[in-house]
Amino acid sequence: MNYLADVGALARKDLLLELRARDTLPAMLLFVVSALVVFHFVLPAGSSDLAAAGLLWIALLFTALLGLSRSFAAEREQGVIDGLVLAPSDRSAIWLGKALSILAFLVLAELIALPAFALFFEHVNGTLIGGVALADLGIAAVGTLLAAMAAASRARELLLPLLFLPLAIPIVVGGVGASVADEPVRYLGLLGLYDALFAIICWASFEYVVTE
Amino acid sequence: MIRARALEKRYGDKRILRGVELDVGPEDFLLVTGPNGSGKTTLLRLCAGLAVPTRGELALGVGRGHLGYVAHEPLVYRELTALENLDLYGRLYRVTERRERIGMLLERFGLWEARHERAASYSRGMLQRLALCRALLHEPELLILDEPYSGLDDEGALLLDRELAERTTRAAFVLATHEPERLRRHATGQLALT
Repeated sequence: MNYLADVGALARKDLLLELRARDTLPAMLLFVVSALVVFHFVLPAGSSDLAAAGLLWIALLFTALLGLSRSFAAEREQGVIDGLVLAPSDRSAIWLGKALSILAFLVLAELIALPAFALFFEHVNGTLIGGVALADLGIAAVGTLLAAMAAASRARELLLPLLFLPLAIPIVVGGVGASVADEPVRYLGLLGLYDALFAIICWASFEYVVTE
Repeated sequence: MIRARALEKRYGDKRILRGVELDVGPEDFLLVTGPNGSGKTTLLRLCAGLAVPTRGELALGVGRGHLGYVAHEPLVYRELTALENLDLYGRLYRVTERRERIGMLLERFGLWEARHERAASYSRGMLQRLALCRALLHEPELLILDEPYSGLDDEGALLLDRELAERTTRAAFVLATHEPERLRRHATGQLALT
């Protein structure tokens, strides 16, 4: 119970910070809508739906990257990560609290992005929504760990995409597959497996990322 | 509470600390002195468990929940108010009667009137007072303080004098300072880094 209370307090703090500073979510919303508008004009008339689905996943992935790059800004700039690491709570609670807040930002961005996609390209079905939801879990889990690693480095803006994009390839494969394949269950299964595997790895390894 | 033998810390090729030995027992008050760049902050980070020694032995006799740490940075969120910051730490440290304890500390350190203001609007001295509130919130048994007088005005420095004097019989201290004379009366030992 204490663990969940810690996670809740940390996630609530991130949401409160965003409510005050508004430096992550508005940027994510603007970016994802702008990207979809640009893709709408880039894609030639009569292009297949497959191409549109691919572009949606590119927009979502880079929107997530934008949010992740800001996710540890307050902890990094104000040195607060030391204060959190010193607290007696399990250090994985820091990861889980942050991952939950990133997940909330992703879901909010997608509440705008998916209707915009439907407006510009094609209708959004339940399979696509399921794929996006599963992908969000993986992005939040892996992205939070990598954002914490990158935050400790001076080359953090460069490091985060270099670490995150290769590890996001299975998410893109699963997400695009779930969006366009005739049998999406296999791809949804891939996303679920990725989420479970990386959530465990990230949960177990976060402690080593935040100590020198 | 802390036992270190042949402690060494390197960052890349640069050796920050070498051959440090120290023993800190309950109610000990160790002053750490030395010029800028001598490794005071690094030693305190090692003692707090925020860094791992490159070589040597370091044993900490208290858990994280019994350790209070004041660093150069106040370790508080600037977009949160003093009350919100302390409430977050109070929850993480499982402080009993959290609100009462936070209120008492804010009042004692002269921050009660500014408790609903964001830390971003605080002066350097007010942030240092808030950092001290944060470090004392859970009544730690070991206090690791890095230049705790930094940024404090005369009144704040006197407040801190009083807090330290009150706690010398129930907590151990490792305190880095450029003004050892101010704390000489409490000190049970001094480690001069070069």
